[in-house]
Amino acid sequence: MPSRSDLPQGTLDLLILKVVALGPVHGYAIAQRLQQVSRAVVQVPQGSLYPALHRLENRGLLAADWKETDTGREAKFYRLTRKGRAQLQTEAASWRRLSEAVGLILELSPGGAE
Amino acid sequence: MSWWHRLAKRKQMEEQLEKELRFHIDQHAADLIAHGQDPVEARRQASIALGGPEQVKEECREARGTRWLEDASLDFRYAVRTLRQKPGFAAVAVTTLALGIGATTLMFSIVESVLLKPLPYPEPGRLMAVHGHSKTWNTAVYGEQNVAYLDFVDCQRQSRSLELAGWVYAAGTLSEPGEATYVVQFEASPNLFSVLRVPLFRGRTFLPEEDRPGAAPVAILGYSLWQRRFAGNPAVLGMALVFNGKRYTVVGIAPAGFRLGGDEADVYTPIGQDTARYMRNRGPHPVTTIARLRPEVSLVQAQTELAMIGSRLAEQYPDTNKGRGFDVKPLRPEVGDVRSTLWLLLGAVSLVLFIACANIASLLLARAVSRERELAVRVALGAGRGRLIRQGLTESAVLGVFGGALGVSLAAIGLRPFLAFWPGALPRADEVQLDSQVLLFALGASLVCGLLFGLAPALRAPAREVEQTLRAGARTVAGSSRRLHSGFVISEIALAVVLLVAAGMLGRTLLRLSSLDPGLNIRNVLITRMALSPATLINPGQIRAAWDDVLDRARRVPGVASVAIVDTVPMREGNNQLGYWTTAAVPPENRQPIALATSVTPDYLKVTGIPLRQGRFFNDHDRMDSELVIVIDEVLAQHAFPGQQPVGKRLWFPDMGWGPVRVVGVVGHVRHWGLAGDDQAPVRAQFYYPFAQVPDRLLRRWSELMSLAVRTRIPPLDIVEPLRRAVRGASNDQVLYEVHTMEQLATDSLARQRFLLLLFGTFAAVALLLACIGIYGVLAYLTGQRVPEIGVRMALGATGPDIVRLVLRQSLAMIFLGAGVGAIAAWAGGRLLVRLVQGMQPTEAATFAIMIPVLVSAALAASFLPARRASRVDPMKALRQD
Repeated sequence: MPSRSDLPQGTLDLLILKVVALGPVHGYAIAQRLQQVSRAVVQVPQGSLYPALHRLENRGLLAADWKETDTGREAKFYRLTRKGRAQLQTEAASWRRLSEAVGLILELSPGGAE
Repeated sequence: MSWWHRLAKRKQMEEQLEKELRFHIDQHAADLIAHGQDPVEARRQASIALGGPEQVKEECREARGTRWLEDASLDFRYAVRTLRQKPGFAAVAVTTLALGIGATTLMFSIVESVLLKPLPYPEPGRLMAVHGHSKTWNTAVYGEQNVAYLDFVDCQRQSRSLELAGWVYAAGTLSEPGEATYVVQFEASPNLFSVLRVPLFRGRTFLPEEDRPGAAPVAILGYSLWQRRFAGNPAVLGMALVFNGKRYTVVGIAPAGFRLGGDEADVYTPIGQDTARYMRNRGPHPVTTIARLRPEVSLVQAQTELAMIGSRLAEQYPDTNKGRGFDVKPLRPEVGDVRSTLWLLLGAVSLVLFIACANIASLLLARAVSRERELAVRVALGAGRGRLIRQGLTESAVLGVFGGALGVSLAAIGLRPFLAFWPGALPRADEVQLDSQVLLFALGASLVCGLLFGLAPALRAPAREVEQTLRAGARTVAGSSRRLHSGFVISEIALAVVLLVAAGMLGRTLLRLSSLDPGLNIRNVLITRMALSPATLINPGQIRAAWDDVLDRARRVPGVASVAIVDTVPMREGNNQLGYWTTAAVPPENRQPIALATSVTPDYLKVTGIPLRQGRFFNDHDRMDSELVIVIDEVLAQHAFPGQQPVGKRLWFPDMGWGPVRVVGVVGHVRHWGLAGDDQAPVRAQFYYPFAQVPDRLLRRWSELMSLAVRTRIPPLDIVEPLRRAVRGASNDQVLYEVHTMEQLATDSLARQRFLLLLFGTFAAVALLLACIGIYGVLAYLTGQRVPEIGVRMALGATGPDIVRLVLRQSLAMIFLGAGVGAIAAWAGGRLLVRLVQGMQPTEAATFAIMIPVLVSAALAASFLPARRASRVDPMKALRQD
């Protein structure tokens, strides 16, 4: 099994925004999604999830409503706001740039530093 | 949701958070159950996965951003709850603090209003005082020189940088409407109220045309006179009143509480209408002058301009104005000599506050030590150290604020009674109030006190050795707090010593001063000021006849033994200081020695009982046309004719314009400046001269100041009414005012010292009480901590008295150290006291020898109870105690 890696700081927000962008979803579902999609590599300590969600909500990137789930219980569903959508795009772009740059550096062979 | 919104909807948000987290756990558990887990196990795993719910909630709350305010309100409510649980402790702490802060706030409000507040006029920083100066004026003795009237008018007209206004102090008899009384008068320039920017209460000020000799006499009434005499009748404008025999029309009413130089006038008249010679001559300088800087003019510019005007006038009028210049200085409120007393009292009251705080700090420290286990548990549960410190400080801040609020209400209640109790008149007393600055001070003081006594206990919140604290028994933690407790006790005792010694010094001083000989027989002597009827003041002959008539009538009042007329009376306000010399070659004014001059009729010696040492006193043969004679006192004899026979020698007094006067007798010295102040007064030499020999040109002015001195065979106050009736005069307008007995004057001269003794005595008693309570509390606590140790000692053979001795030894160590520090501080404080209070004796060992044993015995008595309780400890129980 691939070893679990800890999530770099700040990336959690980006991932949450992306998951929520796919449609309104409640906290437990987000946690499950993250785990599933990343094939269990990304380990989000569930304790950090909710503080992050509340932080994003306070910053106005997420909006929340209480709705009924299919099982009939009430849960708090988060959705992306327009501001959140813009933030997601910005963050995703800078992440891609960063990972490209890191990749380039890792491709370097000895003696090829020009 | 906005920050404010989040704060307001806190409860709702908490509920939603709880719901959300519960949903998460339920879902997770359901999933695990679906995968085949046991339900109980599933729930457990779901909970662990989420992490401690409280911690998650805390972090979510932090994300909300309203944390600190919520924490503060939580801390506040917790503090109130814990205080409510221990009502006894809370009551003691709050009351002690309230007394301390109340007294300090009261003193500070007086200090602030009297000493620190600027004048109550708009833009007081632009108001200036204008004085004259000349090389020959003796400012140390006579105070600042004022301005001649004609100089004043010239400066007014010529100055472009200043708006000048002025007044002359006067007084007179108001005879209509109503009964004749003597009132205070200011002759004022018409622009006085406008320069100060104070609107009249009603009516108008004088017009420029009215400010001329011979213009229609108009007057402005003082507010209190208007209330007293005219019952606040608004129709008084346009009414007439008779003042000093002249009819005036009332044109205005001055504002309530309006004072100049500390005095409230009853009547204002235009200064320009005064035709007296001393106003038309540039020599005398009676006009008190103030000015307002015109816009955009600086003080330096004004000073330069007036200096120029001064030198111009000196050239124009060399006879009178040579060497005379004008000074411009910022105008300061008139506060007399209360400055030192007020600061002294504020300092003393702060000492009491310190002691109170030390007591409360000690109490809080004891409580904190006993709660160390509780704090350790909370740290183990995840509380941050900063959070615990904040909570501890909040608790003491709450105590501080409650105590402060109670203290402020005590100060508010006690302020007026305290002012009424003040001996004599307190300058600016009607401006004293609890205004916003005072409240700010009280708030600041309470918070500072709260933080101060909360700091030591709060900092004991454990940081690292949590485990040790949790495991250890209570007996091991008393160590480090013992030093702090001892420190508190020592400082309390030291401060109490300072206050006790100060009170002791004041007491000794008062005893000594009361036993001083005033120099005359003060029993059965009545002193009253008197104003002749204005109708008799026309010419000198009539004036002398009027006084003779008054003396005659007064002598015939039943119960009167002898009567004299005198201008300045010992131990009463008012003195006449004149320079003198022993030869005709008199040196310039500011190098002449000074003596107190008193004008009297021949019976004065009989009335006062002043001993005649040599020669003779005056008699009826000493008149205007006979040789000018004086009688000097022993001090003047010593200064002017040391080692010689003074009788028969001559003295010169340039101010009186006399040629040489002959000394015909020497009398005993009288303590003119009062029992407290005379021995250290700069001018003590005295002499007397016959009233009959006052030159004609001065007679009218002298008559405005004369008093009657009456020796009675019956209690002096019994003859006041008959005397009043007897001297009323043909037109019923000769009045007596400021009636006192000589005994009253003597007692009043020590009023300030007595007042200080009362206050310091109270402070010292309170300080001693607080210190004893402090010692008792600390010892009770410390011995409580040592109970196991005591148990061991007793098991090893110590007896009850041994334990008592053990505890008392600890207490004595603290007491002696405190007394030692306190003695040094008291010695320093004593020197300060000597400088600030009139008549104080320097610190003497006797005071220490009395006060320190008093303190030590009180402190030992307070320590005895805990010691005895310690000796009664049951060793078995003690050893078993955890």
